[in-house]
Amino acid sequence: MDFDYSASEEAFRQDVRAFIKDNLPPRHERGPDFLNEWLQKVRARGWVGFSWPKAFGGGGGGLVEQAVLREEMSLAKAPPLGTSFMGLAWVGPGIIQYGTEEQKQRFIPDILDSKVTWCTGYSEPNHGSDLASIQCKAVRDGDDYVVNGQKIWTSGAPWSQWIILLVRTDFHTDRKHKGITCLLVPMNSPGLEVKPIENMAGDRHFAEVFFKDVRVPVTNRLGQEGDGWKVTVSALANERSSIGEVTQMFDKLDTLKELVQHTRKNGKPSRNDPAVRRRLATFEMKIAAMKYNGLRYLTKQIRGEPLTSETSVNKLHRANLEIEMDDFAVALTGQAGLHLRGSDNAVDMGSWAKSSLSWPNVVIGGGTPNIQRNIIAERILHLPKD
Amino acid sequence: MNFGFTEEQQMLRDQVRRFMQDDLPLTKVRTLAKNGVVDRDLWKKIADLGWLGLTTPEKYGGLGLSWVDLTVLLEEAGRGLCPLPVVSQALTVEAILTVCRKKQCETWLPVMAAGRAICTLALYDDPHWLHPEGITLKGKPVKKGVRINGTKPFVADAMSADYLMIAVWVDNHLYLAAVSKDQVTIQAQPQMDLTKPVGNVTFNDVVIDDDMMFRLSRKQLAWLTDLGATAITAEAVGAAEAVHAMTVKYANERVQFENVIGRYQGVKHRLADMYVDIESFKSLLYYAAWTVSNSRQELPRAVSLAKGYASDAFAQIGIDCIGLHGAIGFTAEYDAQLYLKRSKWVRPMYGDSEFHLQRVATLGGM
Repeated sequence: MDFDYSASEEAFRQDVRAFIKDNLPPRHERGPDFLNEWLQKVRARGWVGFSWPKAFGGGGGGLVEQAVLREEMSLAKAPPLGTSFMGLAWVGPGIIQYGTEEQKQRFIPDILDSKVTWCTGYSEPNHGSDLASIQCKAVRDGDDYVVNGQKIWTSGAPWSQWIILLVRTDFHTDRKHKGITCLLVPMNSPGLEVKPIENMAGDRHFAEVFFKDVRVPVTNRLGQEGDGWKVTVSALANERSSIGEVTQMFDKLDTLKELVQHTRKNGKPSRNDPAVRRRLATFEMKIAAMKYNGLRYLTKQIRGEPLTSETSVNKLHRANLEIEMDDFAVALTGQAGLHLRGSDNAVDMGSWAKSSLSWPNVVIGGGTPNIQRNIIAERILHLPKD
Repeated sequence: MNFGFTEEQQMLRDQVRRFMQDDLPLTKVRTLAKNGVVDRDLWKKIADLGWLGLTTPEKYGGLGLSWVDLTVLLEEAGRGLCPLPVVSQALTVEAILTVCRKKQCETWLPVMAAGRAICTLALYDDPHWLHPEGITLKGKPVKKGVRINGTKPFVADAMSADYLMIAVWVDNHLYLAAVSKDQVTIQAQPQMDLTKPVGNVTFNDVVIDDDMMFRLSRKQLAWLTDLGATAITAEAVGAAEAVHAMTVKYANERVQFENVIGRYQGVKHRLADMYVDIESFKSLLYYAAWTVSNSRQELPRAVSLAKGYASDAFAQIGIDCIGLHGAIGFTAEYDAQLYLKRSKWVRPMYGDSEFHLQRVATLGGM
């Protein structure tokens, strides 16, 4: 066991810090072109798609350096390294793993250069958690697939240019996981319609996506026909270590402690209340557990040992913390906690109230907590499927 | 960056696990625990394997390894509910290294590493207050020594100990008094977890020589307390994994309503949540163990995160594992109950979750 970094890893950390110092001015000094310039600079450094192969324009970096990069960027509260979160998180890795040479040349550079934003068409009105039962249909017609059906809860659909889409190409298979195919579809395809849905926080991040005779060239199929489930599962497994995430959570905890310092409960400072103190310590305990779980799993990856589904452990912690920390802040501040931006009584400009209504983004997207429990029970504990 | 074990540590783990399976299976644990005394042959055997001097420096006859290695040993010992006083011995080694002079280290530590003496450490008298004032035993200075009258309760493994290090106030200073079993009266006290025998130690006008009295600063007391919490939590990790594995196995075999019960989400989700908790306090514990030898000043926060998590999580796991078994889990014959008792025993030892989480809050600036 050794928490020290090698000389070259440490040098890399210093390199990242120096870069941040030179290129990340305080918020109020940032001009209108700041984000574009930032994206170009981190791209020039090879830090976007850090662990992707160099042959496709990635950084070719190692797992530890990637963790260091994410940690430093989070500590500095830097903007993201690219504008397509899903493109970088799983569409790109999926294309690198399963795509044709032509697809790699066509799609990877645009993701790395933040030229396109991707969304993910998995859930359907009748199939969310039970993803393998999807019904959105694609029928082969010459060199095209003709897609008919509907997706829903598609985050980012209102502003994305491309969608990675799961469709059913075989309705006669005995096992529902078979007969699913993965297609890469432009959002401006004729017959494709996006209807944004307002969520309970008042945002319109996700949408219904309708497909009516949408023609998708066969060359846009990712992997073989019928391999869509395999492509999806291994692409989602590409989500690597969560160190950057942990830094953000610690950061949020600090903000929450700040709030406690300025809050009174029954006329007395909240910071002296044992229940309040204990709650904060419990959050810290869970976030620290995520950190050291993550480092243990990272060590396994470095050693080349297979990770089964351990990431579900931290996903469950994250889900609980997302809900509980904001809710705690809202409760801590009584009636004022309910007030939104614009109210004279709002706490921290209503940010806690707002985020206490936004947790489903993280908690439900990517598999609900009960799905994570199923994954742990079935893949790690080898209990039977229900 | 490497948060895993070395090959040697993996070998140690395999060795302890084999020992627990072959020499100390739960049937034997039950017999030994009932008798309440240490099997000296087994004690000698684990001494020969080097386990009693794992963290003792090589110059004092030990292996000079770290607390990460000790964690591996204790985790596996806990998995099998090992009733041998390995934790008491290890903590006494640390107490001697912390408060004694070179002379005692040279004479005592090699004997302990060789398994020729069983030792224990007793800090607090109060059942629920880890504070210098939670130590109430008092001694009076006399010519060339200290006279002690009174009883030290809650002394771990007192009945098998040859020598005991006992915390005592003399005037306004804390000391550890090194006493032999012949100087005191020891009475076993019935308690839930038979694998963790405990006794009260009575001093009846005992005069301890000055050179057997060792000053204990508040800082040293806190250090030994944190080491105690680390050791107990290491055992808790192994024990929690064992009872969890036992329950997962049962859930995979027991059929009700035409299905194995592990298929029902009411069962499988609770088992998944237990896995999340065990993985988590295990990671925190490994980090705490690492700080002992590598980053001492971080130990208080690290161990409080680990024990703060493990205390309540393990207690709930103990209860729910019995519950998921149904009535069979309630029987004396079935082993799950031994783990429930251990889980309750772990909770207050060297600080419950309230103690540790309030400390986390304080250390975090609240």
